[in-house]
Amino acid sequence: MTVKIVIGLDGTETGERALIFAKDLASRIEGCELLVAYVIEWSPFTFQTAEENAQRHKRREQEIALANSRIVEPAVASLTQAGFKASGVVRHGDVAETLNKITVAQGGSQIIVGRTSANGISKRLFGSSTQNLVMHADVPVTVVG
Amino acid sequence: MNITSKIWLAAATTAMAATPLAAQEAMSLDQKVNDIFAASTGWFVNFIFMSLPGTNFPWIVLWLVVAATIFTIYFGFVQFRFFKHAIQLVKGDYSDPDDAGEVSHFQALATALSGTVGLGNIAGVAVAVGIGGPGATFWMILAGLLGMAAKFTECTLGVKYRNEYPDGTVSGGPMYYISKGFKELGLPGGKILATLFAVFCILGALGGGNMFQANQAHAQISGIVGDYPGWITGIVFAVVVFTVIVGGIKSIANVTEKIVPIMGILYVGAALIILLVNYDMIGWAFGQIFAGAFTGLGVAGGFVGALIQGFKRAAFSNEAGVGSAAIAHSAVRTKEPITEGFVSLLEPLIDTVVICTMTALVIVISQQLIVDPATGHYMLNEAGTAIATVDGNSGVSLTSAAFGAGISWFPYVLAVAVVLFAFSTMISWSYYGLKSWTYIFGEGKTSELVFKSIFCVFIVIGAAASLGPVIDFSDAAIFAMAVVNIFCLYFLMKLVRKELASYAARLKSGEIKKFTH
Repeated sequence: MTVKIVIGLDGTETGERALIFAKDLASRIEGCELLVAYVIEWSPFTFQTAEENAQRHKRREQEIALANSRIVEPAVASLTQAGFKASGVVRHGDVAETLNKITVAQGGSQIIVGRTSANGISKRLFGSSTQNLVMHADVPVTVVG
Repeated sequence: MNITSKIWLAAATTAMAATPLAAQEAMSLDQKVNDIFAASTGWFVNFIFMSLPGTNFPWIVLWLVVAATIFTIYFGFVQFRFFKHAIQLVKGDYSDPDDAGEVSHFQALATALSGTVGLGNIAGVAVAVGIGGPGATFWMILAGLLGMAAKFTECTLGVKYRNEYPDGTVSGGPMYYISKGFKELGLPGGKILATLFAVFCILGALGGGNMFQANQAHAQISGIVGDYPGWITGIVFAVVVFTVIVGGIKSIANVTEKIVPIMGILYVGAALIILLVNYDMIGWAFGQIFAGAFTGLGVAGGFVGALIQGFKRAAFSNEAGVGSAAIAHSAVRTKEPITEGFVSLLEPLIDTVVICTMTALVIVISQQLIVDPATGHYMLNEAGTAIATVDGNSGVSLTSAAFGAGISWFPYVLAVAVVLFAFSTMISWSYYGLKSWTYIFGEGKTSELVFKSIFCVFIVIGAAASLGPVIDFSDAAIFAMAVVNIFCLYFLMKLVRKELASYAARLKSGEIKKFTH
């Protein structure tokens, strides 16, 4: 049975450390598969102008392309180079919720994320994505500091 | 908002510092604008509001009511059968997680609503109740319920026949479904009708979507800071709108888009508070509404007068059958165009049945309309055109006085709400007008700039002209859109029925199912 580990990246340097940790972990498990996931923060319940709506599809494609080329593809390439079986995915949505959903849908056995660098009022009010993920995830979560 | 309020403050100060002579000159400038405007648009207004031979019933009102009724029957009361489904769609129950990041049903609904919820709900209702009496409310609610089916029809078509460009952007609306739909059915004249619609849509954007808004926003502000010339308000508004639609200063539009829903909730909340405080009068108010609906209670034109006002204002407020919402909804990327139709049928409900009714109830309960104690009938003003009010208010100032009678400081909140509603409606309509403009004159930076500039000039004219001619022209232009749109919908509605039958069957069989979120 293959073990699948999901690595949640957010484009910050803690994500790099999460990646290093995942490599280390995967090297100890035989036939371990790695899935690099990047979630673009987005909510279907916001207010937009008609013009923004008309441009939305174009923007979405741009956002996905950017996330792939800047974050996901380089990470997958570095994992593949190191000899791991790796793939990537980019999604829109609430970060914690979506990361968990991707993991469950793909049959991942655990999630590795970096400690988020978000601070200030919003974090105090709503908690960070990492906190939410740790509290609500259906699989074990490892937070790399 | 910050910039706006600063400019407002500056404008108000200038106005108050102006010498009486300057004010007089400015007033006469307003008067000139008004006269020229009334003279040049009169024929158009007269044609649209022409009465049916031998009656005083405008044919356009009958046109709208008949259409909404036909759509309601043709689609088997779709507004009630699929009401629950519409709510589920808005909640995202049927949204594919793979499509996350695209425009959601909720966003399309909110965008379309911010274009319709506005002065129609505040000032328009006051005009209807002020002329047609409380009974107009009954007809307004009925028109709102029937209008849901019309909205459903046009928005489904809007998504089905929109244009998708290689760069991923979309353009949609009646002009596209008329030309494409007629072609599909092998009918002639699609292109001509589509162009005609686009012409009326441009006029509607300049009228109801622009001048009426500027006019009533000015009325509201001058009611608070004191009388000053309308062109000052117009220029300030024009500058702000220009920076948004031409300068691309998204931040102003973004702030408004976020504040407008809050204002909407605040408005309904305030109305509810006033109604709760006067709960003992709600029964009486509904009594007035029902009695007035069938007898008129002495208003000009009797119960027909109430009916005409109710239907007119409902159509003006929720725009069902007008075709504007189809432009706003066509941005949604859904595999099932009909789902957008279901979502859109909630608009007349929220806009007319809920918000307009709230306004009407507050006006009736606040007893701003003067009743002759001897007969129980409403007293008419000197001209005999509208019901006499306590302070001689009409339009938005009547609503303001009614809310002020319940919550003394609310007129200030209302003033802010009116300015913001007016602003967001202008932004929405500038987009509808622009889409029609580019349909006729082609897409391109210069073409767009020409329209946007014309749009801003009309803001100044709208703020400077007096209410009568502006409201007439606004109504006429918007109803002219409905003439073309509804005529075409009669031919195209069988395409929608096919979609509806197929979707309903797949929903029943379980082929279309909820996604677990």
